[in-house]
Amino acid sequence: MRDELLPLREKALLSGNEAVAQAAWEAGVLFATGYPGTPSTEILETLVGYPEVRCEWAPNEKVALEVAAGASLGGVRTLVTMKHVGLNVAADPFMTLAYTGVKGGMVIITADDPSMHSSQNEQDNRNYARFGKAPMFEPADSREVTEFLAGAWDLSERLELPVLFRMTTRVCHSKSISSRGPRREPAAPSYTKDFVKNVMIPANARTMRVKLEEKLNLLRAEVETHPANRIEGRSAELGVICAGNVYNYVRETLPEASVLKLGFTFPLPAALIRKFAASVERCYVVEELDPYLETEVRALGVALATVPAPRPPIGELSPETVAAMFGVAAPQPQAAAAALPELAPRPPVLCPGCSHRAVFMTLKKMRLTVTGDIGCYTLGALPPLASMDTCLCMGASIGMGYGLERALGPEAKERVVAVIGDSTFLHSGITPLLNVVYNGGHTVTIILDNRTTAMTGHNENPGSGRTLDGGPAPAVDYRALVRALGVEFAVTVDPYDVDKFKQAVEMALLHSGPAVVIAQRPCVLLPEVRGKHRPTVNYDSDTCTACGACFRIGCPAIEKDAATGKPRINSAFCTGCGLCTTACPCGALSL
Amino acid sequence: MNRNKTTNVLIVGVGGQGILLASEVVSQAALLAGLDVKKSEIHGMSQRGGTVNSHVRYGEKVLSPIIPQGQVDVLVALEKLEALRWSGYLAPDGAIVVNDFRLDPVSVATGKIPYTENAIDLLYSNGRRVLVVDGVARALQAGDLRSMNVVLLGALSRLLEFPAELWEKALEAQVKEKFIELNRRAFALGRDAADSLR
Ligand code: SF4
Ligand code: SF4
Repeated sequence: MRDELLPLREKALLSGNEAVAQAAWEAGVLFATGYPGTPSTEILETLVGYPEVRCEWAPNEKVALEVAAGASLGGVRTLVTMKHVGLNVAADPFMTLAYTGVKGGMVIITADDPSMHSSQNEQDNRNYARFGKAPMFEPADSREVTEFLAGAWDLSERLELPVLFRMTTRVCHSKSISSRGPRREPAAPSYTKDFVKNVMIPANARTMRVKLEEKLNLLRAEVETHPANRIEGRSAELGVICAGNVYNYVRETLPEASVLKLGFTFPLPAALIRKFAASVERCYVVEELDPYLETEVRALGVALATVPAPRPPIGELSPETVAAMFGVAAPQPQAAAAALPELAPRPPVLCPGCSHRAVFMTLKKMRLTVTGDIGCYTLGALPPLASMDTCLCMGASIGMGYGLERALGPEAKERVVAVIGDSTFLHSGITPLLNVVYNGGHTVTIILDNRTTAMTGHNENPGSGRTLDGGPAPAVDYRALVRALGVEFAVTVDPYDVDKFKQAVEMALLHSGPAVVIAQRPCVLLPEVRGKHRPTVNYDSDTCTACGACFRIGCPAIEKDAATGKPRINSAFCTGCGLCTTACPCGALSL
Repeated sequence: MNRNKTTNVLIVGVGGQGILLASEVVSQAALLAGLDVKKSEIHGMSQRGGTVNSHVRYGEKVLSPIIPQGQVDVLVALEKLEALRWSGYLAPDGAIVVNDFRLDPVSVATGKIPYTENAIDLLYSNGRRVLVVDGVARALQAGDLRSMNVVLLGALSRLLEFPAELWEKALEAQVKEKFIELNRRAFALGRDAADSLR
């Protein structure tokens, strides 16, 4: 769909995420849900600005997908958003949803993160389309997001299949020119009971399994002529098959190449691929991460040429990497770069005044083994705090802590604690805690309750007392919740009350059953906290012995004077939290 | 304006310095000028005080949203160590607009590696065009230290070929009503900074 096919549209510079929100609104979506996760978070944050669409954060991606499945059953168009690893959590409903199918159109956004800019792995979720048998689109930029989504809900309703929309960090967070148009009136909600279609007992599932294959066969024909898949004929020698944003790198690097640009990537257009391959002397596949296209294309019996300098299937591509693969001379950067001295790295750090810093400072002093989890607090694993031992996936801290305890026996008790953020605990920490109780463990869990889902941009969650649209909501009572699970020892304490917090952890470790310490202090970046920052700490150079203890808490507001080795407090950053005054053994820092 | 060539602007600095706003303004200016434009950046973990970069490309037709190494026309750095870190992305005739401002990474405070004290001198090597901006003084003069990003934008505006009204329009669309005056002042002071150094 080029400009001429979408008249009356206003040109706009949109990020991929903004384009998704806009397209969902235009398509008449009435219900949208998801769990925040970089790079997908801004989709719902944008869509919530459109009053016609009910937007919600779910506690996790599985719940989001199930809720959307219910809304779709009621005939409503839905959008579900998550990052790539979120689809692992939602995989259970996802794998059966193509069997039951949907009624109101459903689009599931999977936002992948090649190169792991903000993730624990770089799994290629294109595999999920084939695995879960859901049609998949892969846009190259915001304009294609708009174009592909314009028909996605229709397609979903016509075939009664959920549509997987696979984006990557570069598509989600890049802005390019797209457009805005009017909203389509949504159909009225309705519900009809359908036992065979909606109740996946084996007998019905077997029926629906056959139907699913029929739908996929219909699709296999449809993708051959779908406008998202197109041949751009140029060179008769060099042809490249590619999808998504990789297309832009290929076009930039190999301007003369003929290109088979795939936007509808499951199922793949077999005849179109064969036709393209036959039209060029050498046909290549260029793709990011797994050899998804390559495997499928080879399985069609198409002979592919091998790129001159193949690279391992790791990380995102760039114009440079594609140039290197094909031996295209890249422009030479300025020579001075080579002569640079070693530059101090600048890894991300916990903010000045961050509530988590106090927790890790104490855990470090106590020399505990800490199984960790996913959030801002994962930064507590980095030096100088370096006091988190593991980070696997959302919610893993508690299960791993308990497992470690089982492996090491009584010795581990009094040594191992699990730390987990408030939002992460609600996402997937409750069941592992229940497991500790049920199986008679005594794992100590520290819930880092900073009243928000901070990492992804301070999103609301069931513990924050607010919903996505900013409205009031009941806030979970963590103590009551864990007590109900059977945890007898549960205390809430401000980790900045360092002695009290340490005492609470000590008591928890001594307690004979499972114990939970709720370290509660709001994130310093929350608007209600920002207004209450105290003045910069006082520093007395005469009392300071340059022992360096203050540097070891890793506050970015504490700089080191190279000449004297003494600290210098950067007043532009210091929030006056006072943690450094506790860390300093000499009394040189005071509030 | 050379419509046939893609212009590449790389804006770098430290998470929290307002890099994304700066690159948004440049992109909007390009859009208002009727050009194709793409901009790309990484959100998330990198924003917690880590190094941040935002790529802006504009011209008749832009393909890749990220600038290939060695093709940056203007590198805008809100912090001087970051200017050095990204200087390898410059095109042979690329220019640097650098804020004479130092922010110590935690790796410096913990004594792992010293801060590169002569960062700005090193930028000048190879006869590069470098515009050093006293961002702190000018932002404070404008009324708020946090307007450093807009001061740098003002300086950058002298190197790109968009007319002043267009910059103004792009800037005003991006800032909250009550900060418009502050940002106008910061932008003008940045433009002057470019003047005084010519
Ligand atoms: S955003 Fe909040 S939780 Fe995250 S590092 Fe900063 S202060 Fe800590
Ligand atoms: S009081 Fe100390 S620890 Fe807290 S922000 Fe200021 S310098 Fe950092």
